[in-house]
Amino acid sequence: MLELRDVSVRYGAVAAVRKVSVDVGRGEIVGLIGPNGAGKSTTLHAIMGAVPVHEGDVLLDGTSILGRAPEGVARSGIALVPEGRRIFAELTVEENLRLGLAGRRSREGASDDIESVFRLFPIVKEFRRRHAGALSGGQQQQLAIGRALVARPDVLLFDEPSLGLAPKIVNVVFEALAEIRSRGITVLLVEQRAQRTVAFADRTYLMANGEIRLTLTPADAADTDAMVAAYLS
Amino acid sequence: MSTLLPHLVAALDAQTIADAVGLGAVYALMAVGIGLVFGVLRLVNFAYGQLIMAGAYALAFASQAGWPVWLGIILCFAVVIALSLAMERVVFRPLRTQSPAVMLVTTFAIAFLLQAAALLIDVRDDTIGEPATSVASLNQAISLLGVDVRKVTIVAVLVAAVALGLLALLLGRTSIGLQMRAASTDFRTARLLGVRANTVIGFAVLLSGVLAAAVAVILTVQQPFVSPDFALYSTIVVLVGVVVGGIDRLWTATLGGFAIGFASGVINGALPTDKTVFLPSAVFALVIIVLLVRPAGLFARGRSSLADRV
Repeated sequence: MLELRDVSVRYGAVAAVRKVSVDVGRGEIVGLIGPNGAGKSTTLHAIMGAVPVHEGDVLLDGTSILGRAPEGVARSGIALVPEGRRIFAELTVEENLRLGLAGRRSREGASDDIESVFRLFPIVKEFRRRHAGALSGGQQQQLAIGRALVARPDVLLFDEPSLGLAPKIVNVVFEALAEIRSRGITVLLVEQRAQRTVAFADRTYLMANGEIRLTLTPADAADTDAMVAAYLS
Repeated sequence: MSTLLPHLVAALDAQTIADAVGLGAVYALMAVGIGLVFGVLRLVNFAYGQLIMAGAYALAFASQAGWPVWLGIILCFAVVIALSLAMERVVFRPLRTQSPAVMLVTTFAIAFLLQAAALLIDVRDDTIGEPATSVASLNQAISLLGVDVRKVTIVAVLVAAVALGLLALLLGRTSIGLQMRAASTDFRTARLLGVRANTVIGFAVLLSGVLAAAVAVILTVQQPFVSPDFALYSTIVVLVGVVVGGIDRLWTATLGGFAIGFASGVINGALPTDKTVFLPSAVFALVIIVLLVRPAGLFARGRSSLADRV
């Protein structure tokens, strides 16, 4: 469904991502873990067209989406839940959700999808008239996920959704991910919580220094030695 | 200052206030036009005054050709909107990923280019300046509760009120308005959500052009002699007003535009007729005082984000 072929991204002379190849099949949840500065977020931004790809290709259902503007990528069926949520603090919760509709390919069923988000995250419904900036970090994360879901994407990219959240809220986020999995949405999940991600995802790539170092399965979740070795390599 | 204040207080009669509100309304419209483009492009369009000038020339030429007023106004809107969209398509769009300094200098260049083009067209009859007499009838005064108010002042206030009301509805109730608000806060994230940059910027420029055309009509009625530096002083004052009000937000920028227009009107009323040449000095002295006290903007919340730069 989503395929990265030997993708490299450079920031000037610095190679942030080096020949990364990732496959995410339809309905799969694929993890991308690694230390800070490994190139995980840059990989997601390369998919979204937010940073230029130096070499390689990004394919969605076999069609290259390389060179498309971010809005073009979003409208082709890929939604991003960005790091730090990036909600619009001065807009209301409902307006933030409605902004997610900009990425839809069809307006049909938009109201149903908003209602579906309200069912998944009741707190978003409860606070829909409030300014989004008044929400807590966990509530904002739920809003950011909901905003991505109303775009009805084929592929959902998560950039560290549990960053800075209390453990209880992290559970809420992973429960939401489980619900998203049950809806058959394809997910590429960038996370710092390595063990939990490896256990949760169908397959997890470990990135370090801009490269894919390891491919892990849920069975490897307990193998902390292998992960630590790859992190430190 | 101590000698100016009694004059200002004494000048606050109904006549002066009516004129000041009219000027404030026109400047508020200009401030909205400038603020809309700044919101989505982070660009202060110094060529905004030249768009108004182009509209004024359209009215003058329509007037000289004997066209009916309504047709001249349509021509004015067509010229200003076409120029605005051309400016966005030919200049802003290719350059919008460049630094703000490049964009800023580019708008200066466009301003001088349009002014030079106007001069070239204007001097074909060996004189500089064209009269736009057909719209001058709106400049007549009528008596309202014993106060002489020019018709164009009433029109200016009504146009500003309606335009701001419609803009508030558009920004608050429509999908494109929501996208414009989001884009003016964080365009990068808005685009990642699927908000089309070209559509949002194009729409903001279009609205800005419509407002410039409306201002062109009002200013031409007030000053029915059009020259290449038409609206130049007003644009500079409004740009200052936008900064004084708080350029980061559309409504603070608009209030800034209105405030500097109103203050100019009041100070103009306070100054003796032979001292009106000092109006710009008095206005900009007031601006300096306001910026010293409220560097983030007169109507802005919180402190300036640039305060720690030095």
